[in-house]
Amino acid sequence: MLQIKDLRAAAGDKEILRGINLTVNPGEVHAVMGPNGSGKSTLAQVLAGHPAYRVTGGSVSYLEQDLLDMEPEERAQLGVFLAFQYPVEIPGVTNAYFLRAAYNEIRKARGLEEVDSMDFIDLLEEKLRVVEWGPEIMSRAVNSGFSGGEKKRNEILQLAVLEPKLAILDETDSGLDIDALRIVAGGVNKLRARDRSFVVVTHYQRLLNYIVPDHVHVLSNGRIAMSGGKDLALELEARGYEWVESAAEAVA
Amino acid sequence: MSSSVETLVNREYKYGFVTDIESDVAPKGLSEDTVRFISARKGEPAWLLEWRLKAYRGWVKMTEPHDWPNVRYTPIDYQSISYFSAPRTTKPLGSLDEADPKLLETYEKLGIPLSEQKILAGVAVDAIFDSVSVGTTYKAKLAEQGITFCSFGEAVQEHPELVKKYLGSVVPASDNFFAALNAAVFSDGSFVYVPKGVRCPMELSTYFRINTANTGQFERTLIIADEGAYVSYLEGCTAPKRDENQLHAAVVELVALEGAAIKYSTVQNWYAGDEEGRGGIYNFVTKRGKCVGPRSKISWTQVETGSAITWKYPSVILQGDDSVGEFYSVAVVNGHQQADTGTKMIHMGKNTRSTIVSKGISAGQGQNSYRGLVKVLPKAAGARNYTQCDSMLIGNRCGAHTFPYIDVQNPTASTEHEASTSKIGEDQIFYLKQRGLNTENAISMIVNGFCKEVFQELPMEFAVEAQKLLGISLEGSVG
Ligand SMILES: Nc1ncnc2c1ncn2[C@@H]1O[C@H](COP(=O)(O)OP(=O)(O)OP(=O)(O)O)[C@@H](O)[C@H]1O
Ligand SMILES: [Mg+2]
Repeated sequence: MLQIKDLRAAAGDKEILRGINLTVNPGEVHAVMGPNGSGKSTLAQVLAGHPAYRVTGGSVSYLEQDLLDMEPEERAQLGVFLAFQYPVEIPGVTNAYFLRAAYNEIRKARGLEEVDSMDFIDLLEEKLRVVEWGPEIMSRAVNSGFSGGEKKRNEILQLAVLEPKLAILDETDSGLDIDALRIVAGGVNKLRARDRSFVVVTHYQRLLNYIVPDHVHVLSNGRIAMSGGKDLALELEARGYEWVESAAEAVA
Repeated sequence: MSSSVETLVNREYKYGFVTDIESDVAPKGLSEDTVRFISARKGEPAWLLEWRLKAYRGWVKMTEPHDWPNVRYTPIDYQSISYFSAPRTTKPLGSLDEADPKLLETYEKLGIPLSEQKILAGVAVDAIFDSVSVGTTYKAKLAEQGITFCSFGEAVQEHPELVKKYLGSVVPASDNFFAALNAAVFSDGSFVYVPKGVRCPMELSTYFRINTANTGQFERTLIIADEGAYVSYLEGCTAPKRDENQLHAAVVELVALEGAAIKYSTVQNWYAGDEEGRGGIYNFVTKRGKCVGPRSKISWTQVETGSAITWKYPSVILQGDDSVGEFYSVAVVNGHQQADTGTKMIHMGKNTRSTIVSKGISAGQGQNSYRGLVKVLPKAAGARNYTQCDSMLIGNRCGAHTFPYIDVQNPTASTEHEASTSKIGEDQIFYLKQRGLNTENAISMIVNGFCKEVFQELPMEFAVEAQKLLGISLEGSVG
């Protein structure tokens, strides 16, 4: 589904990603961990096509196509979804209007008919259940005045509605209280499917108790310093990132 | 980084066609004879000719304002403009049944069908082509309730007492340079009278079209809502694409008597000029309403997307106690457009209230200025004003400016002013693109959200129109 080969990217003159290699197969869940500033969000943003980052080397193939060659909206239409670490506010635009517009753009790109607002409301009802939310949230402006936790939950609602093939969650668990964490993680688990893959960026092993990953990677200084199974997260928790960095140096 | 918020203007103005129709055009130039010519063409009574001449004599002594408005242009040569143009047709003007098919076709192309079969349901239209009215729909139906909706020229003939009483009562002929010019040479416009206690059952609207080259359009509109009456009125406008600038200097006067309410909405889409800033309409208009009676209300809503230069301050004089004035505005400039627009709220009566919501959007190399005056006179005890003035910038070469003036002469009055300037964010656009929207749809969504408080004041069908228009005017503003 996704093959990242020796990916390098910079912001301005600063090289941030320094040769990332990662393969994600359909249905897999990959956790990406690593210290602050190691490049986790940058990796997520580069995959989504954020214009602030310049790809300086390597390749990314997604569903057998060159992902880096596409506009961000084409990637989205082909099923790439990024749950943002810092979701953006769009004042004056209701969540319902925004979600339906996005849903219809994606349907159009797939050659499907657009849905009208009545049908969309039915669909929403079902999706709201995934994040255990009432309908009130739909008439509020997108993320405007949402609490930190509500913004994260709203990202998962969008994920549920847009049904991507590759979902990248950037610290969706940060800022959530215990109940919200359970709801959000539960939502993600409900959305796990044989043809849907997840890349979950997190700092906390706790999340991985709920969303059990197939693989765990540790990013350090723009490279994947270590990869392993779900137990790697536990080991990290016990030994800290310094251990990874010294191990990586020993290899290099 | 800012490369995706790079500004380019390549929009298509789809109303830029010219109707090929022969017209009677007055020779270029302005003198007392021009004024007499226009008045005679319209068969006006002597008092009106006198009124025009007086205005003309006043105008000659005035100078075109270039010092205070925040717009730049070379002074207009008033002798190189023609002040009257009427389509030459063997058919009588003013009657839709017999109107020239070319004229009907023009309005059809503009999306304003006038023929009886296709007429817009629930909206009565007065169609003004250059200096004359082509016709007015639903006239008879409105007359059943005593409502007069006709061209200004007809009103002069059929309701001289009302015209005489209210003409210039809100905007005196000597008010300002362009108002004086209009008073001298005004051609046609719409006239509305809604009698006591009548709630006008449909939207009234006037559609202004400039067609002939080198002419100016100087229409004059007068709307009177008698005691307890209500009317909602909408104006729309377009003009062909031309390399020369054309002058549109209109005057609109609204009169609301006791307990009456007038809602006046404008969707302005005059030709704005090309990429280099050549051509386009100079839209220099004076619009003012007077809440004469207690508990009356006047509300202006405007969506300004066109014109090379806009100079316009729809205002309300709050004379009656407890009267209400509102101004909701969206002004968009792109390319080389300049807008200096805002409002004046003059509080005279007790407990008068006014609300100002202004949304300025600047893209390309556009310059957008909000200019507003809130004046509370000594007798206006308990007057209240709320002003909210937001600017949005798209790209790095445009500008937003605000000039709020507040003059409070009564200690019990309260005014509140909020202002914000935001730059449309790369992150906002990226967020929406990540959800599948392309750049133009993303911008359109962000901008429409920004303008929401104004759009919700527009009548439903026009709100949809305005949203589309906004999308079109910002097309290509981000590359
Ligand atoms: N647009 C940018 N311009 C300049 N520097 C940037 C930009 N984006 C990221 N960086 C820098 O790149 C490095 C990696 O940032 P990134 O946000 O990818 O880290 P992260 O691993 O997600 O960290 P955290 O765990 O704190 O979220 C940091 O040093 C950051 O300051
Ligand atoms: Mg991060």
